[in-house]
Amino acid sequence: MHPVARETLRAALDAGWADPARLYRDGRRARMLLDGARESVAAVVGAAPDEIVFTSSGTQAAHLGVLGALAGRRRTGAHLVVSAVEHSSVLQAARAHERGGGTVGRVPVDRFGRVEPEAYAAAVRDDTALACLQSANHEVGTVQPVEEAAELTAARGVPLLVDAAQTVGRAPLPSGWSVLTASAHKWGGPAGVGVLAVRTGTRYRSPLPEDERERGRVPGFENVPAVVAAAASLEAVADGMAAEASRLSALVDRVRTRVPDLVPDVEVVGDPVRRLPHLVTFSCLYVDGEALVTDLDKAGFAVSSGSSCTASTLTPSHVLEAMGVLSHGNVRVSLPRGTTPQDVDAFLAALPGVVAGLRRTAGVEDL
Amino acid sequence: MTSPATGPGEPDVTVDALGQRCPLPVIALARRVAAVPTGTLVGVLADDEAARLDVPAWCGMRGQEYVGEVDAPCGRLYLVRRTT
Repeated sequence: MHPVARETLRAALDAGWADPARLYRDGRRARMLLDGARESVAAVVGAAPDEIVFTSSGTQAAHLGVLGALAGRRRTGAHLVVSAVEHSSVLQAARAHERGGGTVGRVPVDRFGRVEPEAYAAAVRDDTALACLQSANHEVGTVQPVEEAAELTAARGVPLLVDAAQTVGRAPLPSGWSVLTASAHKWGGPAGVGVLAVRTGTRYRSPLPEDERERGRVPGFENVPAVVAAAASLEAVADGMAAEASRLSALVDRVRTRVPDLVPDVEVVGDPVRRLPHLVTFSCLYVDGEALVTDLDKAGFAVSSGSSCTASTLTPSHVLEAMGVLSHGNVRVSLPRGTTPQDVDAFLAALPGVVAGLRRTAGVEDL
Repeated sequence: MTSPATGPGEPDVTVDALGQRCPLPVIALARRVAAVPTGTLVGVLADDEAARLDVPAWCGMRGQEYVGEVDAPCGRLYLVRRTT
């Protein structure tokens, strides 16, 4: 958690504990804090405050955003367009839509994990109620052509939902969205806060039972202290975001260039240029992804993996699959804000030995 | 699904990697390919989902020809021709 979020949370637990729907003094104060948080998040994402509601997570924001926007346009049809590499929260909402009798078109990506805007637009049909495209991919960092896609879908009168979880607080947001979702823990806010923004004029109907909270879009008593802490953290990271992004991006470049020199038989994946500033992913031939994550953890580096052997499902990541790249021995490195060149150098110093050790154990050095 | 008549044909040698999880099927394939003459069609029989991605990716990294996949009674048969 960002230090600003921690500090604000502590203070907001005292000042914002009450129910913002109540009219007594503490309730009104909680309401003021909640509305202040709404205004500050709205300013960062480029929305009007009344377009923003807070959810209990980024995942819930995506579920509600997809299903609510579909429900709002059910007279147009029940067809949904998604990219093949959306976050699982969007893809699971799409599956729920299919189970309810709707149809889903999944747009493939190139080897970098990027959709081609024209191919994306070609998936739109007369009965398409909603299209979804992430701002950037959560596993490989590739930035999607959201503004081009938004122009093409808008020309067909179809709203675009942008899952911006990877981008808010890290890089400038694309324009052209009708619905936008984000997750506070990605910008150093507390867990349990998501953002759902619905542009005025976009048809939306809550898929959940009616409730007066959050414009009728998210049921239940808002977690005011967490929301206030999330907003404060977003303001803090948005200030100086461009400088931090370019600093981290140079460090990612260093990883992208050095890893193939230092480690034989490695494939660095994702778009080398149109990418997030802080994320880099690569796969090491003949290496078990789970063992690699465990050994890097022992060496003091917390990384993730899209390899099937590290997932509960035994299937490789749907993102790597859609890209058609090597899926085993996969490592995803996400640089936290404040990562130093020394941190990156320490990782680059440790990685070759870890990979070589695993290959030695597996007896594959001669292959 | 490819029928033998129109498909890439029967492999000259087959590696059985059924029940093996990634990266073992690819390691088994790499060992077998290293031991056969150029031009040989090697099949690797695997039921690990990752093999569908990793066998073509290995071919790309090693300059071998990925011929395709055919359904097998158990798992899938991935076909690779040694070209170098």
